[in-house]
Amino acid sequence: MEYVNIIFQETYKILFLLVPVLVSVAMIVWLDRRVWAFVQKRQGPNVVGPFGLLQSLADALKYIFKEIIIPASSNKIIFILAPIITMTLALIAWAVIPFGVDQVLADINVGILYIFAVSSLGVYGIIMGGWASNSKYPFLGAIRSAAQMVSYEVSIGIIIINVLLCVGSLNLNDIVIAQKNMWFVIPLFPMFVIFFISALAETNRPPFDLPEAEAELVAGYQTEYSGMMYAMFWLGEYANILLMCALGSILFLGGWLSPIDLYPFNLIPGAIWLILKILLLFILFALVKAIVPRYRYDQLMRLGWKIFLPLSLIYVVLTASYLFYFNLLPTT
Amino acid sequence: MIAHAIFFYTFSVIAVVSAIMVTASKNTVHSVFFLILDFISISCLFIMIGAEFLGMIMLIVYVGAVAVLFLFVVMMLNVAQQKNQWFIAKNSSGHIPVGLLISTIIFFELIIVIGGWKYKPDLFETSNLITNEMSNTHSLGQVLYTDYIHIFQISGMILLIAMIGAIVLTFRQREGVKKQSYLKQISRERSEGVEVLEVASNKGVKIDD
Repeated sequence: MEYVNIIFQETYKILFLLVPVLVSVAMIVWLDRRVWAFVQKRQGPNVVGPFGLLQSLADALKYIFKEIIIPASSNKIIFILAPIITMTLALIAWAVIPFGVDQVLADINVGILYIFAVSSLGVYGIIMGGWASNSKYPFLGAIRSAAQMVSYEVSIGIIIINVLLCVGSLNLNDIVIAQKNMWFVIPLFPMFVIFFISALAETNRPPFDLPEAEAELVAGYQTEYSGMMYAMFWLGEYANILLMCALGSILFLGGWLSPIDLYPFNLIPGAIWLILKILLLFILFALVKAIVPRYRYDQLMRLGWKIFLPLSLIYVVLTASYLFYFNLLPTT
Repeated sequence: MIAHAIFFYTFSVIAVVSAIMVTASKNTVHSVFFLILDFISISCLFIMIGAEFLGMIMLIVYVGAVAVLFLFVVMMLNVAQQKNQWFIAKNSSGHIPVGLLISTIIFFELIIVIGGWKYKPDLFETSNLITNEMSNTHSLGQVLYTDYIHIFQISGMILLIAMIGAIVLTFRQREGVKKQSYLKQISRERSEGVEVLEVASNKGVKIDD
């Protein structure tokens, strides 16, 4: 009986987290298209609902009623598994994101490693989808995407090490509390820029959207997918982008802390601040999509391995020496 | 601790079955996917015994990086359709006794180590490792960077040498490959890109690249 109670409570909590995440994924797609349109002096989706807010719901409805086509020569189990894995991995990472001092689903000690591990697993959804389609464009797209994600993960890992040197804990709540006096975006500003660009590459966003470069690869790994399975890839992708924005705001922009620690701002709950910071980062993502042309593949790899990796390694040495010299290393 | 037992047996059954499927499945790509499943369930087991740092590192290093490279190689070599029914094929049966021998030796080594751990606890020095106040990650770091710093550095060196060796072995200078110089492309001016020429009739223009 006790277990049933626990399971019921936890399910309630999980739903309380997942439903808002899924709804905000739908809204964020609308925001993305809208920002993109405004940069190009267009209107964007503005017909369905007020300001076109319900456009994503209409799209989802359309996807649900479309037929799911499974290619005859595909590897059927893996073909069906791929979008499910992408979507699941994008959603389970939200379990450790803190929205307040104790407003977190799972307050584990290795939270940042958990997010890093889950985002490094994300490549499997794409690789499985590309391989199981048994077609050349999806395969090329999947290979490109896997190489890209593996390379940019390295620099993201080293940037996380920079932050961890200043915090002394792998717990996400501790990382937020360590920024009480100064957000890490100020001392680690170069790392924030590199993190932002690596996050673009990690989530296959423009200008690094080579896996689905429609001019060369039709649509990359998604070419053979249709209906709800395509929509699941798409939802997983946007949930991943939101997750990267959340990670960026937790690591560098102070998470749920309010920007000014004064009376009227203190009353606003931390979750609102976190959501505002995520939105800020996401609008930056959308702006980059609208104004930057796509990278060539060799430039992408060069940027990752020859520029970002050495720079972030040098910054690790600098941060560690600074903290050691001025005796600022965090103690437990 | 019924729930604990249920989860333990679920993960270990998945781990064992997927380990068997790695060798038994006909499709090599499926084998790699079963290997990944095996890694994931083993890292779940690590987390269950409280070694959350090891579990996460297992996920990041083995599943996130090593297995991706495995998949790359297997997909590129196009061995997906190869029939490797190891229990039917005649010519590959010579490997089975050797494999069985090695796995028996590893199995007995494991039994010795775990049996020694269980029945003779003073066989190992674990006093430094076990502290209840610190988290798993802290205590690991404190042991790794103080008592075992030399071993840690040496293993890092070995990995570095292996990496350099792999690069040296596969590196070859190919002749006649056209390279795109990044700096040259950006620093191109309009004046050098466009040239207006007076073309004589029936002569043509010589363009040098």
